[in-house]
Amino acid sequence: MADEKLLRVKDLVLHFRTTHGTVQAVDGVDIELDYNRAVVIVGESGCGKSSLAKAILRLLPRNVEKYSGEVNLGGQDVMKLDDEDFRLNVRWVGMSMVPQAAMNALNPVLRVGEQVSEPAMIHLGMKKEEATQAALKMFQHVGVPADFISRYPFELSGGMRQRVAIAMALVTSPSLIILDEPTSALDVLTQANIFNVLKRIKKELGTSFILITHDIATSSELADEVAVMYAGQIVETGDAGRFFTAPLHPYSQKLMASVPRLRGTKELEFITGQPPSLVDLPIGCRFAERCPQRFEKCSQNPPMIKNDGRTVKCWLYH
Amino acid sequence: MSGEAKTQNEIIEKYSGENKALLSVQDLHVWFELRRFGFGRAGYVRAVDGVSFDVGRGEALAIVGESGCGKSSLMKTILGLYKPNNGKVIMDGQDLQTLDAKGMRWYHSHVGYVQQDPYGALAPFMAVKKILEEPLIVGGIKSKEERQQRIQKAMEEVKLFPVEDFLGKYPHMLSGGQQQRVVIARAMIMGPYFLVADEPVSMLDASVRVEILKLLRGLQENHHLSVIYITHDLSTVSYFSERIFVMYAGELVEKAKVDRLLYNPCHPYTLALLNGTSVPDANNAKTFKEIPPGEPPSLVKPPAGCRFHPRCSRMIPDTCDVKVPPDFEPEPGHLVKCWLFQ
Repeated sequence: MADEKLLRVKDLVLHFRTTHGTVQAVDGVDIELDYNRAVVIVGESGCGKSSLAKAILRLLPRNVEKYSGEVNLGGQDVMKLDDEDFRLNVRWVGMSMVPQAAMNALNPVLRVGEQVSEPAMIHLGMKKEEATQAALKMFQHVGVPADFISRYPFELSGGMRQRVAIAMALVTSPSLIILDEPTSALDVLTQANIFNVLKRIKKELGTSFILITHDIATSSELADEVAVMYAGQIVETGDAGRFFTAPLHPYSQKLMASVPRLRGTKELEFITGQPPSLVDLPIGCRFAERCPQRFEKCSQNPPMIKNDGRTVKCWLYH
Repeated sequence: MSGEAKTQNEIIEKYSGENKALLSVQDLHVWFELRRFGFGRAGYVRAVDGVSFDVGRGEALAIVGESGCGKSSLMKTILGLYKPNNGKVIMDGQDLQTLDAKGMRWYHSHVGYVQQDPYGALAPFMAVKKILEEPLIVGGIKSKEERQQRIQKAMEEVKLFPVEDFLGKYPHMLSGGQQQRVVIARAMIMGPYFLVADEPVSMLDASVRVEILKLLRGLQENHHLSVIYITHDLSTVSYFSERIFVMYAGELVEKAKVDRLLYNPCHPYTLALLNGTSVPDANNAKTFKEIPPGEPPSLVKPPAGCRFHPRCSRMIPDTCDVKVPPDFEPEPGHLVKCWLFQ
């Protein structure tokens, strides 16, 4: 293997054209991910984290103004492929996605079995019976009873539908699955159940995950690494254990201090002000305006600084 | 203004003694009829099935449960939106069922409601000023000046500064946190002494969530409000309330003070909920969680005996699956519906 990294994203840019101006949703993002690892991308709504997922999978709307950078999957720069080639050989086969609210995105008039086996038929050229067998195998992995295969989505509970959506992403055995808020609309016990399923898949099938979420507490159920996104940029990356105990970037620190703990005694903090508009971004550090530790240097754009195996986009660590 | 302050003080005085409940819910049953082809009866959905509790003046109470456990039906019955099939809701000594239209207007001007989804709760075609003025007009405040004053005061209280900038804005021009502030201002504008908050922060981002929780807590303390806080997220409860009720399949299975419930949970379902709630810790990724198998039962035909027994790992054969557990009291003030504490 020439490249031992599964995914290497470099300087990925995705800008949208709107009537208010250019929305810089993803603005120069670098991510690296090893085989059989999970990275959590944490950020608040509107920070561009869902756009990042779409940029990696090239699921673009029509109003794209700028789309550039490098997405290297298993040693191949997939950004160089044309759309048809990407659709046939990368999406689903190399990496697949469980979109936000996937459980409500199932086709209501098709049996779930048909929906799960369809990607295998189209992308792997399987015959119908073969694909059904593959779907059944995936149902087993995600813990959906086999006889559910001929049910319709409305006959399943929310948790079961979410499992079906995950089975669908798995059926083509991709090495990477992108999950966009996989449990945000689910109950506590169902959430914990889904994370058990994801952990089992990671262990048994060796799949890697990019988990996009705003919920730091539940994301810790799967995270090996954490990347924090703010206003279209990654501001901190690093090992999950160290991030949860001692985050580096002032934004990450504030974010961690705002997470309610079950038996917490510490006073919770919140971040005053609002994130900048992605249309009209400030010069220099994008968090500076809300940052309690800002100083003169923050008016310049901070570089990504290496700090003891982690990276942080903040002048404090220069 | 002074009239309102007087009523609030009166309420405070009236309920300042121990054991005096402002709201008393007694053996409440809310069943929804299932119809077959419009005529025949196919049974009932027993959304709330025998719930009793008291809420004191100035007390914050949390009701925790999963979706479909009946917590929203319970809340809507307390708000007077559903009629109970059996049992009573008594607020300030008045039985809700005996109130006429005028009485209900009195009731609704004293009971505020904070909805879950702020954007869905605000009319998109009304500016903030109109949204806040509406309850005042309905509540019979005729003077335009007084309405103006009250709007000003309510918006300052939820920290929507500067007020003038927000008055003309429509809900879509506000961020999620600001929308939720408008919803809270609307709930507070008639000067209620009781507030029902239905998952007020579940749709918000982590950093805004804390801000809104603190705001609600501050309002509760300043105005000596009684609050029922409905949520599925146990981790926010300890920051907000003094007592927690855990609801499962239409029943309250455990009632306790917050710290007792967090450190000494008794009901197996409460234990499962606590285990299922994550705190950020890298070790989480290395272990699997123990989750009770199956899903909450159908409320049309709930299981006999204890409703949790089919999922319970500590089920006692011939007891849990046959007899309905009453409230046991393993420690003073801690009630649990479970045969293990017989």
